[in-house]
Amino acid sequence: MKKKSGQKEILMRVLTCIRPHAALVGLSLAMAVLSVVLTLYLPVLTGQIVDYVIGPGEVDFEAIFAIMRKMAAAILVTALAQWLMNIFNNRIVYRVSSEVRKQAFRKIEILPLQYLDTHSSGETVSRVIADVDQFSDGLLMGFTQLFTGVVTILGTLFFMLSVNIRITLVVVLLTPVSLLVANFIAKRTYTMFRKQSETRGEQTALIDEMIGNQKVVQAYGQEAHMQEQFNEVNKRLSDYSLRAIFFSSLTNPCTRFVNSLVYTGVGLTGALSVVGGLMTVGQLSAFLSYANQYTKPFNEISGVVTELQNALACAGRIFELIDAEAEISDEDAQAVLPQAPGAVTLEHVSFSYTKKTPLIEDFNLSVRPGQRVAIVGPTGCGKTTMINLLMRFYDVDGGSIAIEGRDIRCLKRKDLRGAYGMVLQDTWLRAGTIRDNISMGRPDATEEEVIQAAKDSHAHSFIRRLPQGYDTVIGENGGNLSQGQKQLLCIARVMLTLPPMLILDEATSSIDTRTEIRIQQAFQKMMQGRTSFIVAHRLSTIQNADVILVMRDGSVIEQGTHQELLAKEGFYAELYNSQFVMPE
Amino acid sequence: MWKLLKYLKEYRKESICAPLFKLLEASFELLVPLVMARIIDVGIKNQDTAYILRMCLLMVALGLIGLACSVTAQYFSAKAAVGFSAKLREVLFAHIQALSFTEMDDIGTSTLITRMTSDINQVQSGVNLFLRLFMRSPFIVFGAMIMAFTIDTKAALVFVVVIPVLCVIVFGIMLISIPMYRRVQERLDRVVRLTRENLLGVRVIRAFCREPQEVQDFDEKNEALVKVQLLSGRISALMNPMTYVVVNVGLVALLYVGASRVDAGIITQGSVVALVNYMSQILVELVKLANLIITVTKAIACGNRIQTVLEVPVGMESGLASSTLKEQMDEIHAESLSETAAVSFDHVVFRYRGAGADALDDLTFTAKRGETIGIIGGTGSGKTSLVSLIPRFYDVSAGCVRVNGRDVREYSPDELRQKVGIVMQKPVLFKGTIRSNLLWGNEDATDEDLIEAIRAAQAEDVLRAHGKEADRADDAAGEKGVSKRAEELLRESLDAPVEQEGRNFSGGQKQRLTIARALVRHPEILILDDSASALDFATDARLRAAIRDLNHKTSAKKAGCHSPQTAGEKTDTPSGSMTVFIVSQRTSSIAHADKIIVLEDGRVAGIGTHKELLKTCEVYRETHYSQFPKAGNDTKREPEKQERASGEQRTPGRETKQSAGACGKEVLA
Repeated sequence: MKKKSGQKEILMRVLTCIRPHAALVGLSLAMAVLSVVLTLYLPVLTGQIVDYVIGPGEVDFEAIFAIMRKMAAAILVTALAQWLMNIFNNRIVYRVSSEVRKQAFRKIEILPLQYLDTHSSGETVSRVIADVDQFSDGLLMGFTQLFTGVVTILGTLFFMLSVNIRITLVVVLLTPVSLLVANFIAKRTYTMFRKQSETRGEQTALIDEMIGNQKVVQAYGQEAHMQEQFNEVNKRLSDYSLRAIFFSSLTNPCTRFVNSLVYTGVGLTGALSVVGGLMTVGQLSAFLSYANQYTKPFNEISGVVTELQNALACAGRIFELIDAEAEISDEDAQAVLPQAPGAVTLEHVSFSYTKKTPLIEDFNLSVRPGQRVAIVGPTGCGKTTMINLLMRFYDVDGGSIAIEGRDIRCLKRKDLRGAYGMVLQDTWLRAGTIRDNISMGRPDATEEEVIQAAKDSHAHSFIRRLPQGYDTVIGENGGNLSQGQKQLLCIARVMLTLPPMLILDEATSSIDTRTEIRIQQAFQKMMQGRTSFIVAHRLSTIQNADVILVMRDGSVIEQGTHQELLAKEGFYAELYNSQFVMPE
Repeated sequence: MWKLLKYLKEYRKESICAPLFKLLEASFELLVPLVMARIIDVGIKNQDTAYILRMCLLMVALGLIGLACSVTAQYFSAKAAVGFSAKLREVLFAHIQALSFTEMDDIGTSTLITRMTSDINQVQSGVNLFLRLFMRSPFIVFGAMIMAFTIDTKAALVFVVVIPVLCVIVFGIMLISIPMYRRVQERLDRVVRLTRENLLGVRVIRAFCREPQEVQDFDEKNEALVKVQLLSGRISALMNPMTYVVVNVGLVALLYVGASRVDAGIITQGSVVALVNYMSQILVELVKLANLIITVTKAIACGNRIQTVLEVPVGMESGLASSTLKEQMDEIHAESLSETAAVSFDHVVFRYRGAGADALDDLTFTAKRGETIGIIGGTGSGKTSLVSLIPRFYDVSAGCVRVNGRDVREYSPDELRQKVGIVMQKPVLFKGTIRSNLLWGNEDATDEDLIEAIRAAQAEDVLRAHGKEADRADDAAGEKGVSKRAEELLRESLDAPVEQEGRNFSGGQKQRLTIARALVRHPEILILDDSASALDFATDARLRAAIRDLNHKTSAKKAGCHSPQTAGEKTDTPSGSMTVFIVSQRTSSIAHADKIIVLEDGRVAGIGTHKELLKTCEVYRETHYSQFPKAGNDTKREPEKQERASGEQRTPGRETKQSAGACGKEVLA
């Protein structure tokens, strides 16, 4: 029952989505009524003609021609109405689904990282794409078939009543049988469809994981194993699919059988009526085609209902995404950053990803403008978390982070993030040209500026050697570029934006040390007087930092310059020395 | 699309029976108007109530038979369609798995995923409808025509005109819409890609405040998609009205012809009704068809996309069957195992497809069994390309890569990759448990093997962190009885769940687990492709030491109880059986290697030991001194050592750390 009410809510949401197109919906309805009425009128005309065709020499051609003219007009108007209705429906459905997609995408742009980090991207993509698709398919079918179906049923009833009440009653009494059968089947089908879509989801997840990491699968020769796993899911899926499809396709023959009963019923009573002189043969022929047309919509509607249920389920999944809690709005953020901010203060900051395991507790740090801050420490000590907090990808649980004395929660995210240039270890490039990738932060940059940035980051020489230079299109995952080359491009990207502050999270981990030193020199020139945060394993790269924070288990255990820390002979000294241990 | 139909073969029986039964059903349906005509012409004319009743019963009987036939047909077509798409998925999955790295790079992941999922779904419903309707509809249409002929030849000529016109309309619209749907799918692909990009690159996009542009970009792509959708919709929207007009004009014509035939006394009134019925049956059938043609058109467009993937040739020809290979391997073993190079590169040239320059240029070197080879070089100098050639992820453009003296192209991929354990730059785990992930390395590994590998990979704390909550308390409480208890707990935490792509592990944790995965295999050749980049130096050093240690143990073990052929060899190779390739940026990581290959722009800039290279190789020297500042290097050495020793005692680390540290010292000394 709970599910039902949920469906109702979803339906209401869908209706609100459609509201902007109310005019079109109205027009489409009008066209549906028009075309159905005319379609139904046609058999009446045909019947009249048949009545004029009594036997040899008894055909009234004049009367027939008069009726035929009416028929021709009716046919043309019907066709036009149908065409317009189709066009309107298409427009409504594609506009609505496009709107929903847009909303979903806009949501993705403002969802908190917390959400995105915990939901697989494949699943979210499938919501934005596959679910919206299914939803629009269902909607379209609903519009075209449910609409005309209901109008047809009502229209036929009306016409039949106008011709002969007794036979109409026969038809009306027999229809519930058709509905019962359809309902019986639909119920059983629904569970199968649900199982099918669940299994389909499972399979998609498997495919996403396997194909995305095909190289590892191949390296371990796990293809056969994977295929086995895949086949198992595939088998289950096809079992459910078979049942779902078979059961759902039973509706059609069954209702058709009921229809043929209705048809026979009409034929029987009709024929007896004609024998009894209660109606003409022409009327009977009209009735027979009504009986056909009256029952058809039941057929279709029963099919559409499953489709609609599916569409609603998909809509539910999309709305779930659209309704997910967004990042706290920064509309009211009033604070403004000065031209070149540089002072960063962290006071009593505490943070954890999950409530159970505290990560950062009572973290304090004060960075003066122009200072270079290095963060070091063993794997998993919370270095990357610090960057998540500085960029406000995550909000602190307690305490505060401030830039130039302004709490970052009082700043617009755009201003805050615009103040930083960030290079992450996990390089991300988009499918597109090298140039597009470099100029991402400043799309208006000139060719010279792009090349200069590439030169500064020492990416220019390898770019030049690519087949189309800066116009080379790289694939989804950066294509054939090596990990280090990707990092160089990411660095060029930041070099071009010339941000007031800089965050480097293992930005040079895959770059050889000679290039790294040169890049650092470029950074140093660029960052003259600008605050920067550097996370690195290679301690050689951070020796010149003004402050080195040594982190362990979420807190700073040592703090100072390179020399001071070495003198302390603490954890840093140990880390530092371990890298100079050379074999004899 | 049509080529795909061969996968229907297995379901030949079903895919023939489905339309057949459908036809049976349709023919019974076609009989109905005839019976009705009899009722009018005979029953009503003669006022014969009993005859009317009999005929009605006959109609019910026809309906029942039709129902039986139809249900059978639905079952067969569902079975064929589902079976077909399952087979197609299986084949496609297998094909994608067989694609070499070059093709995978070319095609791109997200479009493969769409094709595997949504495209195949479309094809499935298309086939299902095809089997059910594409036989039925033409049959009804043509059947109606033939029945019309039985009534009156001249009136039936109307059908002869109407039907070809209908065919032209239906197929014309289909032909126009197929490429349109293909464009729809292509535009959809773009929307998918953008969405994926925005999810994967969320941090960068937000850092650059690109959200407004991304939204704008999305709106554009979305609008482009809607435009094609509307366009294709507009065309398929023509189908219904056009066929409606044609059929009804036919109806008018039929009435006229029928009327004049009746006037001439050739046919009866009942026959006209029957003719009209046939015409309206055609209309009903076409309305159904029009709605379904959309589905089938989509299916064809999607089928073509699948076909394109299947047509991508599998880039590599695999080598000999493993049985013959084994024999040859035995020969080689017998000859001179100790001297055989584990891996040798012979004038290897390699260029990525579509790349402007060679990634590797005339590379020649030999790695002896049990040696450790360090590979170092500038960014983009070809380090990863080099190691990718050993398990034959890519094929060389010229020259030859040999493993155990045999060209890698002569091995079957399984045989070859069984020998190699590779840890890639980007660490990836798969959904399952830690255990299931490690077993990838070797399916027969025992828990002890797994834990040993985990220890060697310095990943014991990962296991602890992901074990059950209770572990911690136990750990703290039982200081004394730890070893036994801890062992059990470790084993239990092997079952810790791994989420998709290892999302619940940090980069460093994943890296160490992937190393463990490679070690579980006890590979002949171990490749670490910059796989310690997320590890701090101390862990890195301990890792390398442990690998060495493991190598000793393994060789001993192998010599003890495993295949006798390797036993002989082990005795003369003191450093163990495993040949290790370490790609690194840190000279410290590779300084102990037996041989270091220095790459620059895909060419060898120097080969030798650390000491030799320091003397002879400019590139290496520069690299090294960029990490170990030359000035004070000598003076630093002494205090460092002391510090290390004292530092070890101070480290409040876990027992393994110390033992590994001890190992490290031993090796490094």
